[in-house]
Amino acid sequence: MNAAITAHHLTKRFGDFTAVDAISFEVKKGEIFGFLGANGAGKTTAIRMLTGLNRPTDGEATVAGFDVYRQSEKIKENIGYMSQKFSLYEDLSIRQNIRFYGGIYGLRSKEIQEKTKQILETLSLEVYADKVVGELPLGWKQRLAFAVANVHDPAIVFLDEPTGGVDPATRRRFWEMIYATANLGRTIFVTTHYMDEAEYCDRISIMVAGKIEALGSPHELKEKFSASTMDEVFVSLARPK
Amino acid sequence: MLKIFAAFVKKEFYHILRDRRTLFILLGMPVVLVLLFGYVVTNEFKDASVVVLDNAHDDLSGKLRQQLEASGHLKVKADLRSYEEIESYFKNGAAKMAIVIPPNFGSDFNARSNPQVQLIADGSEPNYALTLVNYASQIIQQFQQSQAGAAQLPYRIQVESRMVYNAQLRSAYTFVPGVIALILLIISAMMTSLTIAREKELGTMDLLLVSPLPPLLIIVGKVVPYAVLSFLTAVMVLVLGYFVFKVPILGSLTLLLSVCLLYLIVSLALGVLISTKAESQQAAMMFSLFSLMMPTMLLSGFIFPLSSMPMILQVISKIIPATYFIEVLKGVMLKGLGMSFVWKPIAVLCGMVVVLLGLAVANFKIQKK
Repeated sequence: MNAAITAHHLTKRFGDFTAVDAISFEVKKGEIFGFLGANGAGKTTAIRMLTGLNRPTDGEATVAGFDVYRQSEKIKENIGYMSQKFSLYEDLSIRQNIRFYGGIYGLRSKEIQEKTKQILETLSLEVYADKVVGELPLGWKQRLAFAVANVHDPAIVFLDEPTGGVDPATRRRFWEMIYATANLGRTIFVTTHYMDEAEYCDRISIMVAGKIEALGSPHELKEKFSASTMDEVFVSLARPK
Repeated sequence: MLKIFAAFVKKEFYHILRDRRTLFILLGMPVVLVLLFGYVVTNEFKDASVVVLDNAHDDLSGKLRQQLEASGHLKVKADLRSYEEIESYFKNGAAKMAIVIPPNFGSDFNARSNPQVQLIADGSEPNYALTLVNYASQIIQQFQQSQAGAAQLPYRIQVESRMVYNAQLRSAYTFVPGVIALILLIISAMMTSLTIAREKELGTMDLLLVSPLPPLLIIVGKVVPYAVLSFLTAVMVLVLGYFVFKVPILGSLTLLLSVCLLYLIVSLALGVLISTKAESQQAAMMFSLFSLMMPTMLLSGFIFPLSSMPMILQVISKIIPATYFIEVLKGVMLKGLGMSFVWKPIAVLCGMVVVLLGLAVANFKIQKK
């Protein structure tokens, strides 16, 4: 088994509206896979199907080798998830947040203590450990949320627009964390609509109106669409010819 | 699994403790409500201000005036000289009732020509006015009997009334059960629906659903802290009622607390049901207020008696859990009834639990499309 995620004709319809239209792709283990598309292209719906939040209407998919229809409980144990809405409890302290997420993933209290120490060190947040999360700047919150999504050492981490609303320098720092995590052998599945971020990924897919219109490494795609940046690739895809 | 659950409940307590407003609602509001209802919403009166317009100024009218004041409930603010003066006392609120004694009161009375005493009350507060007038008429009636003596009226029906279960007609006897019903509902239903809606609004619900926590555990975990707290507040209200307002608990305490627990589960199920529908805290709040609190205040027999309501409202009151809960509470507390007398409303509440929990769980599953 070399694939972390597979999708075959995966489809989601809400009434008459087809949000995700028979997409097929494969994500290799240890890969940083960028899942691109304009707002409303169906990225979030796709990620929600893979993480078990929504049930697919049609098609097949496996995550970490488990079937999304029948083994969603198994999938949940093997993935970490960070959503586009900031997803820590703002009224709890950093320490309490880490303890809570460690707790619901069944970590023992000793493990939680170690993890807490490790996360605080990596993010240099030791001094703020007992501050409520709501008081932190957005960039820090996002990196903390990413660390918390990794608290149970999942095989695959899903990031749904993790860097919305922060400046390029902060985004850059966030991506350094992603690289460090990928280096541990973890698979990263990340949606974004920042084209500069697409360049950081090993491979990317571009979704337009529910369908995957392009898939490959940033280099391949630029060559294929004879573009110099990912931005141009995206524009030539998104504009109806 | 138990440890995971414990971690979840612990987090919920952190939320409650961090949020002063919630904490106040949970602990302060019940006390405030009980005291408010106890001292403000009351049909009893003491030293009500009245004025007397005595046109007779004879021996008998003086005695009547004395008897009115002797009761301790009425206080004569002024003796008027003319009819016109009454209105000015009403207008500035100095008096709530005027007693007008006709000329020749004493001699008419002795001549048995039925003198008429007029009572004029400020009707802008109808309940109060009615109570005052009733009370004054009663005193006048007694006065007439004591003056006339038994011999003069050979045919007489003597009415002796006695109020059982609440001999002094204390309003506390009604509002303590009512406040318990209201508070349990607010804390259990409203707070639970709010806290679940909040997780949805903030997006943290997705994180919980993506984690290995079973959905049912998420709901139970959110509900347990509020269940514990609202049960404590119910006990607090009972204690307050017992010691401050002397509301008795004649029946079995175990039965009483069990019924509180049952009603609590009904309220929690309602809260969960609301939260499955409401996407935001505001929606959850509005819905709880209008669909739960208002009907509970108005249609459960808490403030207004059900038996005098139009048919349609009486029918609606039948689907309000508090109606049954208050019925049982009053029965157990004031009449000392046991299970054999109150099993019917208890059975209805049990039925509600089954239906509401079923609906809540079904709705929660559908949500995960």
